[in-house]
Amino acid sequence: MAAAGISRDTAVDRLRARILDARARRVSLDIRGGNTKAFYAEAPRGEPLALAELTGISCYEPSELVVTARAGTPLAELESVLAERGQCLAFEPPRFAAGGTVGGMVAAGLSGPARAAAGPLRDYVLGATVLNGRGELLSFGGQVMKNVAGYDVSRLMAGSWGVLGILCEVSLKVLATKVGTATLSFDWDERRALAEMARWNALPLPLSASAWHAGCLRIRLAGAEAAVRSACRKLGGTELDPDTAASWWGSVRDHRHPFFRPSKEELASGECLWRISLPPATQQLEHAGFIGWGGAERWWRTRAPPHQIRALAAAAHGHATLVRAADKAAGAFAPVGESLMRIHRALKSAFDPERVFNAGRLYADL
Amino acid sequence: MTAMSSPQEDREEATRRGARQAEVAAALSQVLPATAILVRREDTTPYECDGLTAFKAKPMVVVLPENETQLAGALKVCHRLGVPVVARGAGTGLSGGALPHRLGVTLSLAKFNKIFKVDALSCTAVVQCGVRNLAISEAAAPYGLYYAPDPSSQIACTIGGNVAENSGGVHCLKYGMTLHNVLKVRGFTAEGEPIEFGSEALDAPGIDLLSVVIGSEGMLAITTEVTVKLVPKPELARCMVASFPTIESAGSAVASVIAQGIVPAGLELMDQRMTAVAEDYVHAGYDLSAAALLLCESDGTQEEVAEEIAAMKRVLEESGASRIEVSQDEAQRLKFWSGRKNAFPASGGISPDYMCMDSTIPRKRLAEMLLAIQAMESKYQLQCVNVFHAGDGNLHPLILFDANDRDQFRRCELFGAEILEASLRLGGTVTGEHGVGVEKLNSMCVQFSPAEREQFIAVKRAFDPAEMLNPGKVIPTLARCAEYGKMHVHRGMIPFPELPRY
Repeated sequence: MAAAGISRDTAVDRLRARILDARARRVSLDIRGGNTKAFYAEAPRGEPLALAELTGISCYEPSELVVTARAGTPLAELESVLAERGQCLAFEPPRFAAGGTVGGMVAAGLSGPARAAAGPLRDYVLGATVLNGRGELLSFGGQVMKNVAGYDVSRLMAGSWGVLGILCEVSLKVLATKVGTATLSFDWDERRALAEMARWNALPLPLSASAWHAGCLRIRLAGAEAAVRSACRKLGGTELDPDTAASWWGSVRDHRHPFFRPSKEELASGECLWRISLPPATQQLEHAGFIGWGGAERWWRTRAPPHQIRALAAAAHGHATLVRAADKAAGAFAPVGESLMRIHRALKSAFDPERVFNAGRLYADL
Repeated sequence: MTAMSSPQEDREEATRRGARQAEVAAALSQVLPATAILVRREDTTPYECDGLTAFKAKPMVVVLPENETQLAGALKVCHRLGVPVVARGAGTGLSGGALPHRLGVTLSLAKFNKIFKVDALSCTAVVQCGVRNLAISEAAAPYGLYYAPDPSSQIACTIGGNVAENSGGVHCLKYGMTLHNVLKVRGFTAEGEPIEFGSEALDAPGIDLLSVVIGSEGMLAITTEVTVKLVPKPELARCMVASFPTIESAGSAVASVIAQGIVPAGLELMDQRMTAVAEDYVHAGYDLSAAALLLCESDGTQEEVAEEIAAMKRVLEESGASRIEVSQDEAQRLKFWSGRKNAFPASGGISPDYMCMDSTIPRKRLAEMLLAIQAMESKYQLQCVNVFHAGDGNLHPLILFDANDRDQFRRCELFGAEILEASLRLGGTVTGEHGVGVEKLNSMCVQFSPAEREQFIAVKRAFDPAEMLNPGKVIPTLARCAEYGKMHVHRGMIPFPELPRY
């Protein structure tokens, strides 16, 4: 492993030197973990800054439900260490390709199919140690479950796409992997599927994920074995065999399912993959595609102009992200209003006054 | 220390303050009805402190706007005149976050008390900031839903205050704190401009500002409206009370329950003295001979609860529980909780005053911490009773003292500071859910380095460039920390001496 023999301080000193050098030369750094999410968000620019020297799990205490890892630690390594002790990252982070890292996972802030039931990645961040644009190494949060000392800066980092600083180390809450699990399948159209998902969301059921695509609703239950069995009896449907189910949910989480992977030709022809985030009980909208998160996440493939998609999402009190497209000139993320943008710019200056980190990765002018 | 002022200086200051008060009240009267502006001493006195009564200050002016237009107008006036604004909900906070500013306006949001919407389909409610925590669950009850965070002041405290403090409660082990249960906050900037953080969807574009706004203790924006997540009321909840012969065995039982992968709906610890005090107050039938009691709750479907209760019982027995009682019905469950929920008022009955601490430590250090607190009791010659949100490692030692005895108050403050610093050394934090306010400013000097505190101040300025919202709270100045004179406990990254890589 690249980190062997390099101490934490040396690795941080080298990163700090890169920051100060970039400041002096007025160039932007493109912070890279495994470079598995370059397609997401705005295109990376600037000089690559690898975190390969900051790797390793620094502390893992299963009985405390906390793991602390350096940013460059491969996500696969972290998940396999947790699995050995029957634990997991409950928000089911996507792995779009092999080699993703813990830092990249937190910076992107993405959560998988379990998000609607388990909460987002941000909820599981307990602490972070960060290098800011002045090269200062700062720690926020910690390794305990409840902590309200100062502003919750470690959670601010989650999903900030690296524009505020370099995540060096993060502490995450982990949970025991649920023992019982079952996936039920229902041949229902979109309208019926949305209605049933909304109804089930309001009931005390051990729901862990739900997704609809091409006339088929799939529901994953997870919890105590007896509770899962009892819910299966209540809900009906057809139960999938466990291996098929696990592999299918994995393909949704990691976007290996063909719906999420338009071909080069399709992209070149102007087809785009959109992610629409909506209030959970939103009715059927005019595009159909893939529905996740109990109805709160919709994925569309369309050639419709971006402004039209954004307007549809906004009218439904949601927002639209342009995830895969040949042309992202319309912006990857929905723009925020002027007063929020003012705070974004001020926060950027507060952490990274010379705009060294991931310039333009979240918004073109940030 | 600041130099003592002479009587003449005091008089001059009072005159200046009087003139300023008249100026500000006159400007506010342009945007608020006369009944919504309080300046007379007898009217403003009820606002001089919050739940932390050891700290008091007279607000210069108190305003009670009735709607967003009035609120925005008041904020614009304050911004133009450079007047500090201290937002206030029900005033139940325990760290002095709503302590008035002598030259500031206290902004009471008591009149923002409407529930706009309970939506059973999306499992959300939209409520004004002044709605009481418990009132949300009451409004959601007909739909089989409730709002999960349940601070012990939930009868009185408001959702706006909960947002400010990122409040927890006994159920947050399983259901999370305020941050985990709020989707969107609508509010106003220091300049009086409307702003919304978060979204009705499960995420929002851009940087996740909601995560710093929640828990910002009124320093980043004024909250007026909150969209909360509601959760289905579990089919069933049952509570167990387990007696332990020693504090250590109770502490390790907590760690063992969690290590088994069980996430109880509540996992609380009371020491023997606290148990006696609570028993005397509510007659819950607690075992007074136990060195510590654990209250463990399980909720969910019938099957889940049966499975979890059996699993927890096994762990508690293996950890040395000498007696375990499981609630047989809802009345008994509530009775078991009644003592824990009334721990604070019960303590108020046995001592003129108490100071409630609120640090969090890793669960495995609970027993060590309790023993350290016992040693501090003899060092400071004051008694301390302990209730913990043990499952989260969140401690609430209540130091008993008499505020009329200045030396007792001084010893109490030192005792409290030592608990917080011990918590930091054990890998914890100085506040788990009550906030920093004014009470823990000194301890923030110990928890954070100067550069970290500067970064906090920079975050504040990003939202509130003129630093008009609740100035002087949460983040201590460099000068204050220098005066306090304690080195910060270095945290940074965890050193790992070249361990084999996993």
